[in-house]
Amino acid sequence: MNELVQSVQGFMYPDEVELQWSVLIVLYPFITGLVAGAFILASLERVFNVEEVKPTYRLALLTALAFLIVAPMPLQLHLGHPERSFEMFLTPHKTSAMAMFGFVYMWYLMVVLVVEIWLEFRRDIVMAARTTRGLLGFVYRLMTLGSMNISERALAIDDKTGWIITIIGIPSAFLLHGYVGFIFGSIKANPWWSTPLMPVVFLFSAMVSGIALVMLMYMATTWLRKRTIDMRCLDTIARYMFYTFVIDFSLEMLDLIHRIYQSDESFQSLDFMVHTRLWMSHVVLQIVIGTVVPLLMLAATQVLPLRDAVRRAIYASSGGLTLIGIFAMRWNVVIGGQLFSKSFLGYTTYKMALTTREGLLTSIVLMILPFFILWALVKLLPPWWETSGTKTAGGAHGSAV
Amino acid sequence: MKDAAHLIRLAAVFAAGFIAFLLIRQALVPAGFGKYGHFRAGALDDIRARKVSFAGREQCAICHDDRVKELHAGKHAGVGCEACHEAQAKHAQLDDPSTGKPVLPDTKVLCARCHEKNNAKPRGFPQVATAEHSGGEPCKSCHNPHSPKL
Repeated sequence: MNELVQSVQGFMYPDEVELQWSVLIVLYPFITGLVAGAFILASLERVFNVEEVKPTYRLALLTALAFLIVAPMPLQLHLGHPERSFEMFLTPHKTSAMAMFGFVYMWYLMVVLVVEIWLEFRRDIVMAARTTRGLLGFVYRLMTLGSMNISERALAIDDKTGWIITIIGIPSAFLLHGYVGFIFGSIKANPWWSTPLMPVVFLFSAMVSGIALVMLMYMATTWLRKRTIDMRCLDTIARYMFYTFVIDFSLEMLDLIHRIYQSDESFQSLDFMVHTRLWMSHVVLQIVIGTVVPLLMLAATQVLPLRDAVRRAIYASSGGLTLIGIFAMRWNVVIGGQLFSKSFLGYTTYKMALTTREGLLTSIVLMILPFFILWALVKLLPPWWETSGTKTAGGAHGSAV
Repeated sequence: MKDAAHLIRLAAVFAAGFIAFLLIRQALVPAGFGKYGHFRAGALDDIRARKVSFAGREQCAICHDDRVKELHAGKHAGVGCEACHEAQAKHAQLDDPSTGKPVLPDTKVLCARCHEKNNAKPRGFPQVATAEHSGGEPCKSCHNPHSPKL
């Protein structure tokens, strides 16, 4: 306790000295944001017929699934007793947003993602089930659910059903990440969080981060497979990322201007915090390096006639910076909201542990884990048609590279 | 219909999963859950069966009436006995409470918890830098904790 008190500046109530929500709670909205964003990018092609982003459609779905599987893990590690989480399904508490999220998560995982991926890959699954032997063959046969029918009519039904699922999936993705923002925005006791803009800001930042991730994944996988990047696809993704980012940044600035102009009783304290403890993560990392710089870089690609190689370099670096910026945004919301006292007279410090259950190493493992899952998913269900051995662009719906 | 058979199989998998969930739910949700609210009704009996730790000021006043009156007359009127003297239900329940006398708190440590000087505390709240103020002497050398005003 003495060590903790030394990290306090000014006056804090006893329960504010130690931060309860650690870096794992920063990871949670970051990862769910990537899921929602990746899915929304996939739906662009499926529902809104943006043909250019077709090469990323299947990869975006698998990326969303890989990250969604990891999304609840930071929460489980933070709370401990993962076996208890099942109880929220057994005895649902209808007035608790956190408890109801279990259902949103389950709905999104099982009904939206798994079904959509199954329908999209069913043709490939059936073909693989016919040709693959051994354990993997058994897995494929299990995934066919005993139906080997891939007639044109059956695939057309899959296509139509997949379209309906995507239509349902878009509001579900909005709900998934809007909820995360709601959890913070609805806490009226905390002026750093309490704003109705929070769910909208979280949603748009989720879309930005998800699009950035899929864009980087597409570039990386194409490079690893020694194929040529479809620049028309990359340009379109970057354009959508730019538009979404402009909306996201405008909303965040609207929130900031509103706070500055309103200058309520919390303002002086929050202003001090932004200029001291959050200066690096908020102003430098989130606003300058993670938002303004990538926005300017993306804007340059929209107005200047740049060569393909230059545009690729800009997209790669702006995508990376965007992910850093969005992570910093999650950090500033979660950690920043716990650094100041509700008396507005004091500040505490967050010191991240290295090897504890909620420490840095755990966070790094949790951030790497989705990529391993994605690797396994890609091995099982290759999103590119050359390796899946089909001539037409994979599945009824297709994803030509 | 034949071409949509795989979708019916998928629906059947979901239905089987849902039925399995309902069966698990039936087996795992404890009896009496939801009877009085969103908790297990039997929890009330479990809590009732636990030993009481705090005696309460009324219990203290039965034997220590003089101290309680003194406390009520002074600045510490709002502070409960057990806030400083710890939970004393065990002591109050003894047939002869003098056989299990509670240990007196160390006022050097106890008083500083509220009265140590801190610029962020309200100006009117009595506070001192204890190291300079008492030089290590226990507060009760000068102040009566039940009526601290000198």
